[in-house]
Order: sequence, then C-alpha cells, then structure tokens
Amino acid sequence: MSFLDYFKGKKNKSASVAKERLQIIVAHERGQREQPDYLPQLQQELLEVIRKYVQISDDMVQVEVDRNESCSVLELNVTLPER
Amino acid sequence: MARIIVVTSGKGGVGKTTTSASISTGLAKRGHKTVVIDFDVGLRNLDLIMNCERRVVYDFVNVIQGEASLNQALIRDKRVDTLYILPASQTREKEALTKDGVEKVINELSETFDYIVCDSPAGIEHGALMALYYADEAIVVTNPEVSSVRDSDRILGILQSKSRRAEMGQDQVKEHLLLTRYNPSRVEKGEMLSVADVEEILAIPLLGVIPESQIVLNASNQGLPVILEEDSDAGQAYEDAVARLLGEEREHRFMTSQKKGFFSRMFKGG
Ligand SMILES: Nc1ncnc2c1ncn2[C@@H]1O[C@H](COP(=O)(O)OP(=O)(O)OP(=O)(O)O)[C@@H](O)[C@H]1O
Ligand SMILES: [Mg+2]
Repeated sequence: MSFLDYFKGKKNKSASVAKERLQIIVAHERGQREQPDYLPQLQQELLEVIRKYVQISDDMVQVEVDRNESCSVLELNVTLPER
Repeated sequence: MARIIVVTSGKGGVGKTTTSASISTGLAKRGHKTVVIDFDVGLRNLDLIMNCERRVVYDFVNVIQGEASLNQALIRDKRVDTLYILPASQTREKEALTKDGVEKVINELSETFDYIVCDSPAGIEHGALMALYYADEAIVVTNPEVSSVRDSDRILGILQSKSRRAEMGQDQVKEHLLLTRYNPSRVEKGEMLSVADVEEILAIPLLGVIPESQIVLNASNQGLPVILEEDSDAGQAYEDAVARLLGEEREHRFMTSQKKGFFSRMFKGG
C-alpha cells in the first residue's frame, strides 16, 4: 500500500471485494436463468446416446446455449475418459 | 382498479415488514385508500409493527377459505383512517394460500382500494411466489451486503419469469430498488457496498435509501410505522420513497455520514 493510499484509506477494503464477488456470481446466475427449459432433458438424452459407445459420468457432458445478438449457439462439451 | 405493490427480497430479515408498514402508511397518509396484506402465513409480524395485534379476529386464510368476509377480517388503522390491514394467519400451512384464493381476495380489494401492498415472506418458495404473483410493481428491499444483493437479483429473475405479468406476456412488473440499513460512514471507510455499487449490480431504478437507524427498533417496539416518526432520518427517507413511488422527484438524502466536527472528535476520541 502506498503512502497516499494509506491516507485515502481506499485500498483493499472489503467492500470492493464484495462488489467483485457479486459481479461474478450475479453474471453467472443470470446466464443460468436464461438457459432454455429443455436443456436438462437434452443433456440427459445426449448422455444416454454417448453411453452407448463410451462410459462417461453425468458431469462429463456439458450443454449450454450462448446467445448473441444475431444467433444462438448450442455449445456441447463432452469429456472422454482417459484411455 | 388498485395498484398492487409487492415488498420482497428473497433474503430474510432485511426490512420487508418495516418497509411494508411505512410505505402503506405513507400512501394512506396522502389520502390514497390503502390495504397492506401480510403474506407471511405462520409467522404474522405485520400486525405487531402496525400495533393492531389485539384486534385480529379473522385473517387472510379465513377469507380465502370462505370462513369470514373481507369486511370481517380487515382491520382499520387507528392513526390513518384510509389504511387497512389484512393480517396473516398464525396457525395455517403456507399452502393455504392458493393462486385462485389470493386472486379472489385481491380482485375484491381492487374494487374499493387504490393501493394493495403485499408484505412477502422471506425465501423464493410458495409464500413469496404468491405475494409477488399479482404485482404491478415490486419494491425490492436490499441490504448492502453480498447475500442480500444476490437474493435480490434472484427475486428480479422470478418477477421477470413467474409473475402473472410475465406469464401473460404483459408489461413487466415495475421494479424499484430500496436499499435499507445503509451506513454511510462504513461505506466511506470502504467496509460496506455503496449505493452506486448496488445500483450497478442490480441495474434497476433506485426508489430510496433508508439509513441504519436506532429509531427503527424504537418505533417497532411501540408498534409505530417508522414513517410516522416524522423528525427521524429513517422516517423522512421512507417519506421520500413514498413521494417517488407516486412519481414525484425528490433528491436522495442520508447517503453521506454526518462528519464529526473538530471538537466532538476531540472530546469523544473518535
Ligand atoms: N433501517 C433500519 N435500521 C435499523 N434496523 C432496521 C432497519 N430496517 C429494519 N431493521 C430491523 O431489522 C429487523 C428485521 O426487519 P423486518 O422484520 O422488517 O425484516 P423482514 O425482511 O420483514 O424479515 P422477515 O424476512 O423475517 O419477514 C427488525 O429488527 C428491524 O427493526
Ligand atoms: Mg417480514
């Protein structure tokens, strides 16, 4: 902390930590909220299809919809087990 | 047609009931016929803050279930004669509030009242959903603190997707931020989120800032809505909020600490 900051008493204060944490949580939760309702079921069915070929656990398939101004992208992430 | 205003927050204990009591009293004092409904079934706090706990005979659930008429259940305030209270039941299950039942009561109240203020219970479950479902406007009570701001954002999400207005595709519920228990000197020391921080995160219009004040507890001890403590900072801050709710322009006050003068600092060592 610099000499000047000490007198201004502005640095590393807990309020700015709180604000940063909030911005992250709130952005994340808003993203989740805007996901279409069918997503969990889609994820479940994808899991079943993939399991016909590879054994994977539930958390290895991630589905998300990314909305842009002009289009939406369905993002599918499948992690395969190490061989 | 009444205007329906829900006072909501998600997080518990942030000042919803305090706010419901003061906002409804403020609206009524300006001559608007106002009823305040306690949706906190099972707890029942509003009648204590409004000093009418000994006059409760029938309650909201009795009316929904047809065991009493609205006129039998409504309690007329002794201080402001355009103000009525519909108390919550202390004994029933929260599920006694049904969408149809609540709608019936609200429709009947709409015929004679100008404003219906709904004091929501904490949480984002059934009781809170019932309180906000029919709202035209929402006062989102928030404390300058991480979990309260996060919960307020959740409630905003619910207002935008699960209210009647959202389900029917009508205009959105009009949202207002009411920041309560604000402590300007802690904000100035960097220990508390500022009004600007919370406004930036929640991104809804600011209805008012109510300072943290001992008067609030004093008033509630006596069963007095704090807005009737007309000389107090918290009372005046609520008065301003009511004026803004009615569309008046009021400058925000009580947002900076009263700087201690040199002498008081000398003598109090602060
Ligand atoms: N501006 C304020 N300054 C100081 N204390 C306050 C202020 N606002 C509310 N309080 C206190 O906070 C406590 C909780 O207030 P209140 O009952 O209004 O909250 P609530 O949100 O209705 O709670 P619940 O979620 O349990 O219904 C009370 O003791 C009240 O006196
Ligand atoms: Mg309450």
